[in-house]
Amino acid sequence: MRNDQEKALIFEMSKPGRVGYNLPELDVPEVDVASLLPKHLIRETPAELPEVSELQLVRHYTELSRRNHGVDNGFYPLGSCTMKYNPKINEDVARYPGFAQTHPYQPEETVQGALELLYNLQEELAEITGMDAVTLQPAAGAAGEWTGLMMIRAYHEGRGEGHRTKVIVPNSAHGTNPASAAVAGLETVTIASDERGLVDIHALRDAVGSDTAALMLTNPNTLGLFEEDIVEMAQIVHDAGGLLYYDGANANAILGIARPGDMGFDVVHLNLHKTFTGPHGGGGPGAGPVGVKKVLEPFLPKPIVAKDEAGNFYWDNDRPQSIGRVKGYNGNFGILVRAYSYIRTMGPEGLLQVSQNAVLNANYMMRRLATAYQLPYDRVCKHEFVLSGVIQKKLGVRTLDIAKRLLDFGYHPPTIYFPLIVDECMMIEPTETETKETLDEFIDVMLQIARECEENPEIVQEAPHTTVVKRLDEATAARKPILRYQAQ
Amino acid sequence: MKYRYLPQTDQDKREMLETLGISSIEELFADIPEEVRSKGPIQIPAALSEPELVKYFTGLSNKNVNFSTHINFLGAGVYQHYIPSTVNHMLLRGEFFTAYTPYQPEISQGELQAIFEYQTMVCELTGMEVANSSMYDGATSLAEAAMMASGHTGKKKVIVSRAVHPESRAVLQSYAHGQGVELVEVGVDSQGVTDAAALEALIDDQTAAVIVQYPNFFGNVEDLASVEPIAHGNGALLIVSSNPLALGVLEAPGKLGADIVAGDMQPFGIPASFGGPHCGYFATTTKLMRKMPGRIVGQTKDENGKRGFVLTLQAREQHIRREKATSNICSNQALLALAASITLTALGKQGVQEMAMINLQKANYAKQALQAKGFEVTYAAPSFNEFAVKLSKPVAEVNKELLKAGIIGGYDLGLDYPELANHVLLTVTELRTKEEIDTLVQELEAITRA
Repeated sequence: MRNDQEKALIFEMSKPGRVGYNLPELDVPEVDVASLLPKHLIRETPAELPEVSELQLVRHYTELSRRNHGVDNGFYPLGSCTMKYNPKINEDVARYPGFAQTHPYQPEETVQGALELLYNLQEELAEITGMDAVTLQPAAGAAGEWTGLMMIRAYHEGRGEGHRTKVIVPNSAHGTNPASAAVAGLETVTIASDERGLVDIHALRDAVGSDTAALMLTNPNTLGLFEEDIVEMAQIVHDAGGLLYYDGANANAILGIARPGDMGFDVVHLNLHKTFTGPHGGGGPGAGPVGVKKVLEPFLPKPIVAKDEAGNFYWDNDRPQSIGRVKGYNGNFGILVRAYSYIRTMGPEGLLQVSQNAVLNANYMMRRLATAYQLPYDRVCKHEFVLSGVIQKKLGVRTLDIAKRLLDFGYHPPTIYFPLIVDECMMIEPTETETKETLDEFIDVMLQIARECEENPEIVQEAPHTTVVKRLDEATAARKPILRYQAQ
Repeated sequence: MKYRYLPQTDQDKREMLETLGISSIEELFADIPEEVRSKGPIQIPAALSEPELVKYFTGLSNKNVNFSTHINFLGAGVYQHYIPSTVNHMLLRGEFFTAYTPYQPEISQGELQAIFEYQTMVCELTGMEVANSSMYDGATSLAEAAMMASGHTGKKKVIVSRAVHPESRAVLQSYAHGQGVELVEVGVDSQGVTDAAALEALIDDQTAAVIVQYPNFFGNVEDLASVEPIAHGNGALLIVSSNPLALGVLEAPGKLGADIVAGDMQPFGIPASFGGPHCGYFATTTKLMRKMPGRIVGQTKDENGKRGFVLTLQAREQHIRREKATSNICSNQALLALAASITLTALGKQGVQEMAMINLQKANYAKQALQAKGFEVTYAAPSFNEFAVKLSKPVAEVNKELLKAGIIGGYDLGLDYPELANHVLLTVTELRTKEEIDTLVQELEAITRA
């Protein structure tokens, strides 16, 4: 179909009588439904679902896919999201019948392979992060944050220090950090960053006290900068009786280089869909395992996978101090399988090179782009960096416009307007899986856009010019929400 | 060792370092204090080549009994159903599975439209007015529903039926503890549905919500028409957790007065996959729309007046509200929502009804066949595609024997309900043939009478 046409909804293609399925004929004697269910609980009006043929279905979703941009389509430097290549082999492995077609309630002796995989993953993630024990249950990063904070809360309560309810969060933190604290029944204390873009150590010293539950930190932080005072920070928080929480969203910078456990962190979550290549899937699924130091191990969600003396794997449910269950069944198992497939593909040396190359790529881009865009924190970055569009803003072009202009060149834009502490922020994370050629092409486009801002700002302000739709009216969408299709 | 995911050649690295004016990558890590630097390699197994990897994981996979090696009668919240071949083919298009949250709508219209269609399908099935783009799973979706009800009503007590899935109740307990909500359980009557009299006694004007499952964990169909007036009569919201397939034959909870319907789309095109990833769904009324957690897609127009889709009502979300947020969900289960949409498109209006009907009929056939052989069916209430049966021996023992006959037996209800020791929950979907059901009945007879 032509690029400038509206795409029909699947409901608009529907015609009574068409089907896209075949079910086996009923091979048991049919009984009158009225004898099986009370009359008032039998559905009267069927759900108005589409009626299309199989080819119509295939064309519809193929067409939708063509109106979508993924890592497979092109460069996707969305900061803090680690949009690295999602290996195809992982998709194969996750679909092996012994994984995809197993039931979570099968007896342990019938799923030893799946349990062994989970056990190994627990052990290896603990080693990678420098922690003592790991839960694989949380479904995503935010779920991991909440799980970790609930454990921290249980730890303090267990020591008769339930009054420790304050979670210290830097003002550069991901929005999920304060939200996770809130839903864990804790309060957030926001502290400032200093001129280096790092946590202001004096502010931290002032913030800690007898009510401190934890410091929540992303390291490298969301500016892509390593918190180099981490040892002192850990000391300050621990001396005050608090614990340290590591937000693993940026773990792609430190594999094999420095482990959160060795930095003094007590709790770590990882985003397996970021660092460990689980596909992002248009918004999920993720997986957010949480690792803890020994003192927090009793509080891990239950069950966890354990191994007995005979080498058999089993679900350990005998955990009286556990915070309980944080998700149904065994976590997002399929994502755990993919992550483990990736870890086994890379090995220790490969993972180290992942972080080295991610950091090299980011620094290279940062240095070259700093010739045209303001670099608010001029120091070595880790796997990502932030630029500010303030120079272009003076020319009447906003960061949003620059992002939209990138669409015309076939790129997904960086994360924009985050972190909140940088004006007209662009947060760029190239990842290690991109070639130098791709980085150079993107840099050239960014430099061209910077020139356009000076010479021909309209072309940027009015972008995008080549997409299937132009900029969309988001204000009306929120004011008069249309959240579902209604037949005319 | 060569790494096929790492493209930088030695020459690339040299050129990049030159641009940076440094001589080694190591210099880029000079800001990490020496005392926290790793001194040696991570102690994990060495890398595997692709063929070695395939062999290793095939080995692990082959150690697991699964639906392709055995006949399965286990359900209890996770079901083995027909998955049209088209689902996997469409899902595996890289434009879908390698994209992230559609933050840039102009290059994400495909995902956004797919979610908009998904939201419509959820509304149609549940009989509700609005739905979000997905939650982690059925258990967390239900827990979020309870937290939303508490936030909306300003009340701190939530009543949940004991006939709600035990794991959903466990997750609900964790969420409730986090947000200071009191959870009260209401029991089950002799028919196997929520005890209405006990509910009447427990509910008060401080109750935020009543939660029931429809059909419930025992497979029984709760009479929502009798629960609804109790909830609403006391100013509480009615939250219903539903197997969405059952709604092909059961009246939509929205028609029976539900305020929030939450559950898991797993029965529609999502493999059991040892428990996840599945897909929580969440639907509610227009009145409660702005309290709904998670991401929502809305229809709008572009500058030329052309129809398009965007993420909307974002003022509710964690990244805006930060410490004032009542939910922290960020990543969701979008790819699984897509799987459910494709399946619901394939099945369509007719297929969903037909599949639900086959489940109802086959499970009823199995129930009758067991009763005819003298087995005691635990409850008299109407059921959908699973039901409880009393055995003369421990369920674990029986299941061990069934396994030898190539059958994955049902769920041991005694694990969660001490009073139901030796009761098994059997699930019969459209994939079980009459012959397989007859075999199960024969085997159970032989095992329990032996």
